[in-house]
Amino acid sequence: MDERGGFTRQGVRRGMRAALALTLGLSPFGLVVGMTSDGVGLSLAETLLMSGLVFAGTSQLVALQLWADPAPILAASLACLVINLRLAPMGAALAPVLDRTRGIRLWGTLMVLVDNSFALAIAELRAGRRDAGYLFGAGFGMWLNWMAMVAIGHVFGTALRLPAGHPVFFASSAAVLALLVQLWRGRSELQPWILAGAAAVMVQGLGLGAPWPVLAGAFAGAGYGAWRDTRGRRA
Amino acid sequence: MMLRWDVLAAILGMALASYICRAGGYAVLRVTRPPPFVQAMLQHLPGCIFVAFLAPAFLSAGWATVAAGAVVLLVQARLRRLAPSILAGVGTLWLLRLAGIG
Repeated sequence: MDERGGFTRQGVRRGMRAALALTLGLSPFGLVVGMTSDGVGLSLAETLLMSGLVFAGTSQLVALQLWADPAPILAASLACLVINLRLAPMGAALAPVLDRTRGIRLWGTLMVLVDNSFALAIAELRAGRRDAGYLFGAGFGMWLNWMAMVAIGHVFGTALRLPAGHPVFFASSAAVLALLVQLWRGRSELQPWILAGAAAVMVQGLGLGAPWPVLAGAFAGAGYGAWRDTRGRRA
Repeated sequence: MMLRWDVLAAILGMALASYICRAGGYAVLRVTRPPPFVQAMLQHLPGCIFVAFLAPAFLSAGWATVAAGAVVLLVQARLRRLAPSILAGVGTLWLLRLAGIG
């Protein structure tokens, strides 16, 4: 991939392959969302439409926990707005990848942006490859997996009966941990990361739910890192 | 296939809200030029977001989960491949649970 970046078909394929490597980490969450959706009485069509368009598991789970008849339109939308706020700074951090694209390639790529594809794309960017096709391919590959798993969870959920603490649900945390290793650039990360973790734990301890621990931790750690990096330049 | 209008409206609201989050951060950045401090922050955000995501969960988890997490980190640092790292972590937790630990 050259330095100009852009959006290549080869990048899409590579991104989809990277998403495939994460299958095990992605699948349990999709199963849970499918099972929960069945549990609150949504049809398969409604479940797939929601998962295809929203494509954000935690916010869907929270919305489904608020579900009622008639559907809680405002509460469900607000849940998505608040919980998915964390995706806004991700899009901003991906600017070097996205800046050379426009139209459907730009706004369509953002449509399938999720945490895991963000991490993969940042690792790519740091390796010197700025292909928005890779970001799209990774997100789209995860979307395909998501739709399949949500469907399986909805149809076979009652037969599967996985208890909440089952080791298989550790796979999604394991995926994020493995991605974290790819984002590690060296010892200079240590202080911002510790601060991010501590701030998240503190905000959680105050009794605030998603997304506040994540946002507080992310901005505390990144703010400290930025202060440290720009301190010399300002002086 | 059943599709109710109130469910459809809720789904569209959720989809719109999620897309505003996905596209909004970048859309703002595309029209304004961020100061150096914000640019430096964006460099640090990726790692910090995921640490902040994991820290509360691991702090409240049992030590079997923490051990499984350490295995993921080690395997990933060694092999640099995601699938085996995830598998090793889930396998470790599974074995520890079978052994009645955590």
